[in-house]
Amino acid sequence: MQSTATDTLLRTALADTHIAEGARMVEFGGWYMPVQYRGILQEHKAVREAAGLFDISHMGELLITGEGAAAWLDTVLTNNVSRLKPGRGQYTFLLNDKGGVIDDLIVYCITPERYLAVINASRIQQDFLWLRDKLPWTHKHPQAERVHLFNESDVLAAVALQGPNAQKILSAFLASDAEHTGPCALETLPRSGIIAHDVEHREFFIARTGYTGEDGFEIFTIREDAEYLWKELRKFGEPHGLVPCGLGARDTLRLEMCYPLNGNDLSEEITPLEAGLGKFVALDKECGFIGQAALKAQKEAGLKKHLIAFSVTGKGAPPRSHNPILLNGKQIGETTSGGFSPSLGGGIGMGYVEIAAGATEGTAIEIDVRGNKIPAVIVAKPIYKKAAKS
Amino acid sequence: MNVPDTLKYAESHEWALIDGDTATVGITDHAQSELSDVVHVELPKVGATFTAGAVAATVDSVKAASDIYSPLSGTVTEVNPALSDPSLVNTDAFGQGWMFKLKLSDPSEAAKLKSAAEYIAQIS
Repeated sequence: MQSTATDTLLRTALADTHIAEGARMVEFGGWYMPVQYRGILQEHKAVREAAGLFDISHMGELLITGEGAAAWLDTVLTNNVSRLKPGRGQYTFLLNDKGGVIDDLIVYCITPERYLAVINASRIQQDFLWLRDKLPWTHKHPQAERVHLFNESDVLAAVALQGPNAQKILSAFLASDAEHTGPCALETLPRSGIIAHDVEHREFFIARTGYTGEDGFEIFTIREDAEYLWKELRKFGEPHGLVPCGLGARDTLRLEMCYPLNGNDLSEEITPLEAGLGKFVALDKECGFIGQAALKAQKEAGLKKHLIAFSVTGKGAPPRSHNPILLNGKQIGETTSGGFSPSLGGGIGMGYVEIAAGATEGTAIEIDVRGNKIPAVIVAKPIYKKAAKS
Repeated sequence: MNVPDTLKYAESHEWALIDGDTATVGITDHAQSELSDVVHVELPKVGATFTAGAVAATVDSVKAASDIYSPLSGTVTEVNPALSDPSLVNTDAFGQGWMFKLKLSDPSEAAKLKSAAEYIAQIS
């Protein structure tokens, strides 16, 4: 029997599947989600060495259509949407007027008049309402400028299939359809690319993206087909070491790669420039975008703080978020993410530090973890680097 | 379910092996299973004094830090040096995963702790 506390939480189409498979369920951003199945360390290792399957149905999906879609998206997102070719996606930001991050997202060009934006679970309503307010009034505009915005978050489910064996597993599933003909399109699908593919009359959007640093796919489908997709991938993944994974491993995997988590490493008080993600901002975009003036002014004036990554060198408890970062005993910043790195076997994290303090890669710092000063060193991003392929 | 009846239990999932006026303290198998993947144990200092229910240690799993409460009042006489391998808490919670030993200031407090049967009822 579920406790009353969980009754108010949102459930993905796979919640019952997770419970039946013995996952440990927790509240995450208003959702009832698996934090782990057998254990975070084991799931993390499986993704780095074989494959893992995650339910990411809590994430939001917005559909933007119309002849004016790309031109309009360019005015509300930082990256260059108009340059996206059909079947390609890009990482980008939705900013407020001050250049602060409302959300970080991936926008895919399905066709030149049809775009899919994948947004964070905790920001779905906020992003949708913000964007709706910026829409041009359809009836006042000529056909060529019209844009339509749909929130498909309740309609769509999604899973992430991640790890070096991901392509083998997904190929086997796609090829299982008796009507499947021709070569498998996955081999030529580039990073951030997206294709539509159907298996037994069920349609899937398959993107070569992820939040783990490994090769892998994020697969979108309607809610009703989520369980079918999950079970088929589990079946075809079995011989390739696939394990179901929870949000715990998702967090350790992304932190090793220094992928930001909105709400921790990004917020409306932080700009993409401070986060070190300026390459996803087309600062000189001619059409202009919300937050552009603030970012230009910030670049002109020079940054005061920036996001660094660190690795713990001494013994001690793993750092968490909101731990003071010290240089020569003086606080120069605060962690925004921290934890135990299963790949490195020690504590790692990220945090914002004052640039004037002069702490750069290789600088020895300390992290104050609940009153214990833990020695650490500032390192290059990502913290985890895959061993060179021989 | 692994709950030895030679031990006494706190509602906050610590166990105590009481021998006269000393007690060995750790966390239960149920607690380690809930925490999963212990990666660090912050032990108290020898000589530290705790009243029953005070925070005496901290256990970090991959996901989060959790406070461990002293089930009884007393002074720490020994801590487990083997916990430099914190995974012992997961693999042998009632044995090699013990955390600290107390010289009890009031051995009669032990009567307030739960029996194995009472603890099993709590976690079932």
